[in-house]
Amino acid sequence: MAVAISPAAPNPPASASVGDDVPRTITSRGSRGDLIFRSVLRAAGLSSFLITAMILVFLIYRGMWALRADGLSFFTKQSWVFVGNQFGIGGMLPDTIIIAAIASVIAIPVALTAAIFIAEYAPGRLRRFLIAVIDLMAAIPSIIYAVWGRAFLMPRVIGTMAWLSHHIGWFPPFRITVPQSASTFVGSPAIAGMVVSLMAIPIITSLCREVFSQAPASEREAAYALGSTRWGMIRTVVLPFGRGGVVGAAMLGIGRALGETIAVLLIISPTPALNWRILQSGGNSIAALIAGAWNYATYDQLSALMAAGLALFAITLIVNSLAAIIINRSRSGAATAD
Amino acid sequence: MSGNGEMTTSDGVRRHDLGDSAGVDDVLQIRRVSPEDVLSVAGSALASLCLTWLLYEQVLPFSGAFGFWLCWYLLFALIYLAVAGLTWPRLVVRNKIMAVLFSSGGIFACAVVFEQIGYSAIEGLPAVRHLNFWTSTMAFSGPLSPLTEGGILHAAVGSIEQIGLATAASVPLGIAAALFLTEVGGRLERPVRTIVNAMTALPSIVAGLLVYALAILSLGLPECGFAAALAVAIVMLPTVIRAAEVVLRVVPGTLREASFALGGSQWRTVWTVILPTARSGLTTTVVLAMARGIGETAPVLLTAGFTNEMVANPFHGWQATLPTVIITSILDFGQDPNYVARGMGAGLALMLIVLALFTIARLIGGKAPGELSKRQQRRLSTPRIEEP
Repeated sequence: MAVAISPAAPNPPASASVGDDVPRTITSRGSRGDLIFRSVLRAAGLSSFLITAMILVFLIYRGMWALRADGLSFFTKQSWVFVGNQFGIGGMLPDTIIIAAIASVIAIPVALTAAIFIAEYAPGRLRRFLIAVIDLMAAIPSIIYAVWGRAFLMPRVIGTMAWLSHHIGWFPPFRITVPQSASTFVGSPAIAGMVVSLMAIPIITSLCREVFSQAPASEREAAYALGSTRWGMIRTVVLPFGRGGVVGAAMLGIGRALGETIAVLLIISPTPALNWRILQSGGNSIAALIAGAWNYATYDQLSALMAAGLALFAITLIVNSLAAIIINRSRSGAATAD
Repeated sequence: MSGNGEMTTSDGVRRHDLGDSAGVDDVLQIRRVSPEDVLSVAGSALASLCLTWLLYEQVLPFSGAFGFWLCWYLLFALIYLAVAGLTWPRLVVRNKIMAVLFSSGGIFACAVVFEQIGYSAIEGLPAVRHLNFWTSTMAFSGPLSPLTEGGILHAAVGSIEQIGLATAASVPLGIAAALFLTEVGGRLERPVRTIVNAMTALPSIVAGLLVYALAILSLGLPECGFAAALAVAIVMLPTVIRAAEVVLRVVPGTLREASFALGGSQWRTVWTVILPTARSGLTTTVVLAMARGIGETAPVLLTAGFTNEMVANPFHGWQATLPTVIITSILDFGQDPNYVARGMGAGLALMLIVLALFTIARLIGGKAPGELSKRQQRRLSTPRIEEP
C-alpha cells in the first residue's frame, strides 16, 4: 500500500517535538466512519474463511450419520448400494484422483506451451486476442464441454483407445480385462479425463502467463545480449523465474480437475468399484457420484453423500491451499504492485 | 487483467547469433518471421497431412478422427524437425522447433474454443430455429412432442433470475473483500489471499452441498431458485475477489495520496476516487463473473430441482435453468431425438448468453484505470455552468 498516512501505524500520535530535525512521524487516528468502513471491509475479507469453515462444519455435521454407521470402512469399501445402506468410497476416491491425473497429464503441457506462446511469442494484438480466448475458454460452461465430449469426442476417440489397448496392453493400466465389445471403451476414465483437461487448461494457462510476463526485463535483455536465442532466453530466464508459479498453477488446475462434476457425470459409465484400467468402461468420481445419486437419495443416503462431499472437499482444500501458498510465495501479489 | 506489468524487449532488437558457427555476422532477428519460416511450417503441415491420410486411412488399421489428428501432429513435428535440420544450424533449429511447439499450444486453445462454439451452434440450430423455442415452456409438451412445440422460456427466466440474485450477493461482498486486500491489508491480508486463491478451485458441487446442508436442511429454506443463487454466489465469489483485486491494485497510488492530502477520509477516498477510477475494470470483472456463474450446473442441480413449468418466483418451488435443461434432456431422455435436440438448443442459448456477456465485458473493459473515453474527456473539458 502506497499510502502516505498509514492508518495502522504502531507509533503513538504526535510524539515529535517541534524544532528538532527529526522527521515527524505521520499517524492518523481514523475517524469513526473510517473505523466502521475498515471493519466492514475486514469482515468481507474474512467471509471467505467463514464459508470454508461452514463447509467443513456442516458437511461433518450432516455426514456424521454415515461416517458413524460405516466407520473407517466408509473410505475403503467399494460399494454404493442403497439397499441396506452399503456405502463406501474406496473405489471412487482413487478413481477421482486417477481422472484428475489423466486430465493434468494432458492439461499441464498444453497449458504451459500456450502460456509461453502468449507471454513470449505472440505480438501485441495477437496476445490480447489470445488472452481473451483463454478467458472465454474458462467461461464456457462445463456442461457444454461435457455434452461435446459425450456426443462428439467419444465416438471419435474410441478407435485410438482400442489401438492403445491392443499395442500397449502390456502396460497394466492400458490392459482390457473384459471380452472386447462395442461398449468396452465407452465411458472410460481416460475419456472423462480428456474432457476434464479442457476445463483445467484455462486456469493453468492464465496463471502461468501472469507469472511469465513478470520475468524481469533486465534479465531477458541480458540473456539476449549474451547471444541467446529466444528459446535460450526462455529456458534460462523465464522458466526458472516462473517455476514456483507454474507448480502452483498446475496444482490449482489439478484441484479444479478433482472437483469437476458434470463432465464425469455425463461421460463415465458409473461403477462404485475401483477401475484403474483407464481405457476400460467404468469407474466414477466423487463429485459425479453426488450429482448422479442426489435425486434418488433418501435421508440416510443424503448423509452418505454429504460424507463423500466432505472427503472431496478435504482433498481439494489441501491441494488448493498448497497451490495457493506456493503461488503466494513465488510472487506476492502485493509485492509486484509497488 | 491484461497488460499487467508486462515487459518485453522492444520489437526488432538485433543480436548476433553467436551459436551460428557458419556465419558469425548473420543477424538473428528475435521478433520477425521470415517467408522461409512460414513456408517450412506450411510445407511440413501439408506433407504430414498427405502422409497421415495415406497411412491412416489406406494402409494401417486405424480408425477415429482423434487418432488421425494426433498422428498428423506427431508426423508434422518429425517432418518439420527434418526440414529445419537440413536448413539451419543446430541452435537455430532448437529455437525454431520450440517456437513451433509453443505456437501449437496457443493454436490448440483457439481451436478448442471455436470448436465448442461451432459445435453448439450446429447441434442447437434445429431447435433454436423455431420461434416457439424462445417463447413457450415445456409445461404442455412431452418428450415426444415435435420441435415446433414447447421451449425453454421457463429455463431462461430461471437462469436470469438466479444469476441476478447471485450477482447481487457476490459482487458487493467480493469487491469489499478485494478492497480489504488492497486498501486495508494488515496481518490478515496474506491468509485471506491464500484462502481466496484456494477457493477459486473449490468444487462447485461442494458449494451446492453447503447450501443444501445449511439453508435447506438446517434453516428450512425450500429447494428453490434462491438457494441455487446462493450456491452460485459462493462459486462466483473468489473469481470476483481475485479479478477485482487485480483491477484495484493498478489504481495509481498518487490518486490515493492526492485524496488523503486534500483531507479525504479513507472511505471517502475509496468511494469517490478509487472505485470510480476502477469502474470500467470492475464492470468487466462483474460481467465475466456472471458469464462464469450462469453455466454452473452441479450446485443448481442439487438445490433448485427441475421442472417443466414456468416458475417466476425464485423463493418458492423448483426452478429450471438452462444447464439443468441440458443435463436432463441428455441423461433422462437420451433416447428421444427431439428432446436431445431441445437440450442442444438450450446449450446454444446458454452459449449465446455467455458470448454476449463476454463481448459486453470486452467492450467495457480493456481501458486502463482512469483512462477516459472521448465523451468523458469532452465533458471534463467544457466549463460547467452551475445552475443558481
